[in-house]
This record gives sequence, structure tokens and C-alpha cells, in this order.
Amino acid sequence: MIYFILISVLVVLIIGAAVYAIRQKDLLYAVIATGIISLILSILFYMLQAPDVALTEAAIGVALTTIIFIITIRNTVRFEDERDKKDKFKSAVK
Amino acid sequence: MSILEIIGGILILIGSAFLFLGALGIFRMPDVYNRLQAGTKATTLGGMSLVLGVGFLEPSWMLKSLIIIIFIAYSNPISSHALARAMYRRGHYPLIKDKDKEKMDAYREVVPHKTKEEEKS
Amino acid sequence: MTYIIYIAFIFMAAGLIFSAIRFVKGPTAGDRTVALDTLTTIGVAALVLLGYVFQRFVYIDVALVYAVLGFIGVIVIARYLEGAL
Repeated sequence: MIYFILISVLVVLIIGAAVYAIRQKDLLYAVIATGIISLILSILFYMLQAPDVALTEAAIGVALTTIIFIITIRNTVRFEDERDKKDKFKSAVK
Repeated sequence: MSILEIIGGILILIGSAFLFLGALGIFRMPDVYNRLQAGTKATTLGGMSLVLGVGFLEPSWMLKSLIIIIFIAYSNPISSHALARAMYRRGHYPLIKDKDKEKMDAYREVVPHKTKEEEKS
Repeated sequence: MTYIIYIAFIFMAAGLIFSAIRFVKGPTAGDRTVALDTLTTIGVAALVLLGYVFQRFVYIDVALVYAVLGFIGVIVIARYLEGAL
């Protein structure tokens, strides 16, 4: 019963974080939401008796994805609305 | 119940209570620095206590529990310090009384920072 | 011993919910990063306690990897906010 409550809380949190990451206009907040998704997904894999998948998700999702996305934001723009205004994004795309 | 199980149960209760109090402090505190205090120090104590309690419950797991405790103890203050430094350099100053402003200004000369006018977001 | 673990899981679920509320509400980027840090530590504790519940010694390695790598994301975000990445 208690694990049903814990899995319910985790599923509600991961769906909320995914919707937040899609709807958010500030890309830095979306990257932080992606880190939360990776953490909760790792715990869910762990509770479903798959520790190897949880290990891979923990190693890749929390460190590598966040670093690559932050470097991408550093090289382009942070907000979605500034995409057309700045020349930096166009030069990065070319 | 043996004596090790009683010690482990008490440590697990203390640890989970401090984890909950740290999260509650994040929810209720008014400032970034107060949230850092509540969210990092109380959570560090809670995590270390709970992992040590699990090590007492299963004595053959004690070595790996101690390794996890060492990693928690060095990784949490590093992230807390980096985050406080970043927020100070961005121009988010703590909520402070007027008579204590001079102490903070003394630290302001040591660390380079942005002023309110330069900072937009 | 079973009820102690139930109480611990209820406390940790409440902590996850409060941290998620602060992540949604937080006015600046620092508040959201603090929420991510707290969620990581609560997650490590929950992984260790779940490993005790399942009675598998190998499962603790996941919590070990998460404790080692969990702070790198927070440090990268902090360096980006500082402007020194």
C-alpha cells in the first residue's frame, strides 16, 4: 500500500515536470526540469527491479545531458522569444 | 529485536524527519540564501543519518554506507557554496536590516559583482 | 520495523512534494536549482532505503553513482549563472 502511494507521487511529479519542461519559455528552467525527470525516472526504474537501467539513467541523465544542454544554451540564447532578435543564434546555426 | 536494529530504526526516523524538515524549510523560507541553508544543511544531516541507519540494520552493508556518507558530505557543501556565490555575483542580495548593511558591504569589495543597474533578469 | 520504514517513506514523499512546489513557484533560477539539489539528496536516501526493503546488496551501487554524480549538474548550472562557464 505504501509503495502504491510512493509510486503515485512519483508518477504525478514526473508528468508535471514533463509538462512544465515543454510549456516553459525560459530554456534554463526547462533544463532543470529535465534533471528532475531523470532523477524520478531513475527511482521508478529502481522500483521496477531494473537496477542496471537505473544505473545508466543516473550516469547519463544527471551529468551528461545537463552539461550538454547548458553549453548549448551558453552558445545560443536563453529565452525562446529572443531567437529572432539576436544575431548570435543565426551564426550558431550556420 | 537486537540492539543494532533499535539503533538503526531510531537513526532512520531522525534522518527522514530531517529530510522532511529541509524540504519544508525550502517551501517556507523567504530568500534564496535562507532556502540554501534549509535545503542543504538539514538535508545533509538527514541523508547521512538515514544511510548510517541502514548500515546499522544490515551490518555487512556498513562499508558501502560509509562510502555514500563520505560522498554526500563532500558533494553537498560544494554545490551549496557554488550556488550562493553565483547568486551573489548576479546581484541578488540577501534580505537584511539597515544597520547590518556595512558588514555586507565589507564583503562586497572582496568578491567582484554586478550592480542592480547592470542586472536585468 | 515495518512501520518505521512506512513512516520514513511518508516523510520522504512529503519532502518530494514540497520541493516540487518550490520548483514550480520559485521566482529566480537559484530557487529552482536549490529545489533540484534537495530532490537529489532525498532521492539518494530513498534509493538506499528501497535497497534495504528489497534485500539486495547490489542495488546500493545505484545510490552510490547518484551520490557521486548528482552535484555536477548543480555546479554547471551555478557556473552558467555566474557567467564564468
